[in-house]
Amino acid sequence: MPKGQIGRLTGALLLALAAAPYIVAADAGPLVARIKEVGSEGAGNVEAAKAWRDLVALGPDALPAILTGFDGADDRSANWLRAAVDAVAEREVSAGRRLPAEKLEAFIHETKHAPAARRLAYEWLTRTDRTTPDRLLPGMLNDPSVELRRDAVAVVLKEAHEKLDKMDKDGAKAAFKKALSGARDPDQVEAIAKALKGLGESVDVAAHFGFVRTWQLIGPFDSTGGKGHAAIFEPEKHVDLAAVLSGKGGKEVRWTAYTTEDAYGNVDLNKAIGKHMGAAGYAYAVVDSPAERVIEVRASTKNAVKVFVNGKLVFAKEEYHHGKYLDQHVARVTLNRGRNTLLLKVCQNEQKDSWAQEWEFQVRLCDAVGGAVPFTIVKEGK
Amino acid sequence: MNRNTIARRGLAFCLLSSVFCLLPIANAGDWPQFRGPGGAGVSDDTGLPTTWDVKAGTNVRWQADLPARGVSCPVVAKGKVYVTCCGGYRQDRLHVLCFDAATGKRLWERQFTATGSTNSHPKTSMAGPTPVTDGERVFALFGTGDVAALDSDGNLLWYRALVRDYPTITNQVGMAASPVLWKDVLLLPLENAGDQSFALALDATTGKNRWKAERKRDINWVTPLLRPLGDGAEVLFQSSNELTAYDVLTGEKRWAYKAAGLGTVPMPVALDGLMLATGGESAALRLPSQNGEPEAVWTTNKLRSGYTTPTCYRKRVYAVNATFLNCVGAEDGKPAGAPIRLRGTFWASPVAGDGKIYVANEEGTVFVVKVGDKPELVATNPIGEEVIATPAIADGALFLRTKEHLYCIALKK
Repeated sequence: MPKGQIGRLTGALLLALAAAPYIVAADAGPLVARIKEVGSEGAGNVEAAKAWRDLVALGPDALPAILTGFDGADDRSANWLRAAVDAVAEREVSAGRRLPAEKLEAFIHETKHAPAARRLAYEWLTRTDRTTPDRLLPGMLNDPSVELRRDAVAVVLKEAHEKLDKMDKDGAKAAFKKALSGARDPDQVEAIAKALKGLGESVDVAAHFGFVRTWQLIGPFDSTGGKGHAAIFEPEKHVDLAAVLSGKGGKEVRWTAYTTEDAYGNVDLNKAIGKHMGAAGYAYAVVDSPAERVIEVRASTKNAVKVFVNGKLVFAKEEYHHGKYLDQHVARVTLNRGRNTLLLKVCQNEQKDSWAQEWEFQVRLCDAVGGAVPFTIVKEGK
Repeated sequence: MNRNTIARRGLAFCLLSSVFCLLPIANAGDWPQFRGPGGAGVSDDTGLPTTWDVKAGTNVRWQADLPARGVSCPVVAKGKVYVTCCGGYRQDRLHVLCFDAATGKRLWERQFTATGSTNSHPKTSMAGPTPVTDGERVFALFGTGDVAALDSDGNLLWYRALVRDYPTITNQVGMAASPVLWKDVLLLPLENAGDQSFALALDATTGKNRWKAERKRDINWVTPLLRPLGDGAEVLFQSSNELTAYDVLTGEKRWAYKAAGLGTVPMPVALDGLMLATGGESAALRLPSQNGEPEAVWTTNKLRSGYTTPTCYRKRVYAVNATFLNCVGAEDGKPAGAPIRLRGTFWASPVAGDGKIYVANEEGTVFVVKVGDKPELVATNPIGEEVIATPAIADGALFLRTKEHLYCIALKK
C-alpha cells in the first residue's frame, strides 16, 4: 500500500476514534428520551426496554449522555437510567477496562445536574479510583446531593474529632460548626450538637431543621369509627381564631396557642388538647416567608393526617399507629412571599393497645435537601 | 353415606391430592420463590448437610458478602442465586444481586432508588419481599413499591414505581409479602391500611396491569399461594378474616373461606389434598374444584406460628412457635409426637428436605430436626449472625442469608 494511502487511512481511523464519543452521544439521546417517556401503570415499558438494551450496547462512551438524562427525569425513568449506567459500568470494570474518568469527574463537578446522577457517577469513579473521596468531598459540604453532602460532613466531623483529640478546642469548635452548616441528617446533627455542647456551645436543633414550634390548636372533634379523617369540620372551611366551635359530643372548643419545647418540634395533643380517643384535632399556623419559594412540608405522626397549605390540601394519609419517623410525609409546595397558612388535621382512632395511645405530630419547612427555609411565625390575634 | 357417594368423594380426593402433589414441582433442584417450589417450604434434594461450622469452613461451600441488610430470602434457579438488599442512610438504595450458585461469585448487581416511603419497623427492611424467578427472569418487589424485572444476565426488562400509580400502598411498618409467578402472570400482594388495598396481577413480560382485586384494608404480610387446577390456577390471598381464591388469569373471585383470627403473616399451606388456612385456629380445608364453599376438615390451635409459616412434610405439619417446634398429622390435625424445644426468636419459616427440618432463629442458630415417627433434634449449628430470612434449599445445598452474608452450606462432593 502506498505511503499516502496508509496515511489517509490512519487519519480516517484517528478521526473516527476521536468522533466516536460524539456519535455515541448522538445515538444515546433519542434512546434516553424514549426511556423518559415511561408512564403510569407500565405505559411505555416495552419501548423503554428496547431502548435500554440499545443504550447499554453503546458502551462507556454513552455514560455522560445517560447520566445527563437524569436531568428532568422523574424518579421512575431515573431508575431505568440508573440500571443502564450500572450495566455499562459493571461490564467495563469486570472486563478490566477503564471508565471515562475525566468525563465522570467533570459531570460530578457540574452541580446543575441531577443529584442522583452525580452521586452515581461519583460511586463508579470511586470504585475505579480510590483517591476520589479525598479529592472531591472537601468541596461538597453544601452539595445539592444529600448523599455527597453527608459524606462531606463526615470528613469535616473526622477532622473536628482529630482536633479535639489534640486538645485544639477552638479548632475543633470551628470544625464542628463548619460540619453543622452542611449537616442535614439527624444522626450527624445530634453528634455535632452533643460535641458543641461539650465545648460550651448550644445548638438550636429545632431551628436547624426548620420545625414549626408555635401553633394554634383546637379539638377534639368527633372521629368515632374513623369518620373524622373524611369529615370536614369548621377549621377546614374557615379559620377564625376567636370562634367557639362545637366539638365532640357538642362540647364547646376554642383555639389555644401552644408552643412546644421539644427539640424536634413534637406537639403532644394528648397534653395540649387532652386525652381523647376517636378524636380529631387541628393545628394552625401563619408563617411569613421572605420570598416566594418551593419548599417541602415534612410532617410526621402515628395518626391519620391531612395537611393544608394556604387552604389547599397537599397531603393526606389515613393510617394509624404504624410508626412515626422524621420526614415521614413530604409535600412539595410553593410558599407565597409574605403570609402563608398551615393547617393540619390529626385524627386519633380508638385502639386500646398501650402502643396506640399517642396523638401527636411534628412539622418542618425545608428545602429539597432538608435544610430549614427562612420563615417567621406570625401572631394573629383572636 | 352410600357407596356411590363414598366412591365419588374418594375419586375427588384422589384428584385433588394429585393436583396438590403437582404444587411443589418446578425445575428439580431450584428454589424459585419465598419458601421454594409452590411455596411449600420443601425440597426434593438429597444429601443435605446436618452439621456445619462457618468459622472453620466445615461444609461451607462458599460465603459471599452482601452490600446491605435485607430480610428477603435467596432464590435459586438454573445455577444462579438472586438476593435483594436495602441500604443507605435513608434505606433508599435497593439492590438486586446475582451470584453463581456453584462458586459464590457475584455475577451482577443492579441498584434502584426507592420511590416510595422507606419507613419501617427496624426488624424488617425495604428488602422484605422475596424475589421470584423462573430461571430466565427474576422479579424483585421492594417494600417501597418498586418492582424490577431483570433477565438472568441483569438486563432490565421493565420497572414499575407502584407508588407513582397508587400513592398509599406502602405501610409504615414495612411491606414484606412476596410476589409469586404463574407462567406469565406476576402476582403482587399489596394489601395495606391505606385507601388503596388490592392484589395486583401484572403481565410478566411487559409489567403492565392484567387485573386488580380489591382487598381488605388492613396491614398484611401474607405471601399468596398458587393452586394449579388443570391448565389454569387459582391464587389464594389470606387476610385476618378470609382466605380468598381468585382465577390467576382474570382475577375473578372463585371462593372464600371466612374465619376470624386468620394469620396476617403466615401464608396458607398446601397439605396432602387439603389446604391449611393458617392462624390462631388453623383450619385444614377441602377446597371446591370450581366455585363452591370450602369445607373445614379439621382445626387446631397447635400450629400457631407467629411470624413464620408452617411446613407440611411427609404427612405431618410442623410449626415453630415461641420456643417449640410443634407437629400435627396432615390428615387429621392431631398432635404427632412431643413438641421439640428450641431456643430464640423465629422470623424464618421452617424448611424441609432430605428427611430433615431446618429452623433458623434470629440469633443465628440453625436447628436440624430429623423427621419420622419420633422427630428428633439432631444438630444445632450456630452461625453468629442475625438470621431473619427463610433459608433456601437448592442444588443439594442450603442457602442461608444472614445480616451481612450469603452462605452456601453443602456436603463436600
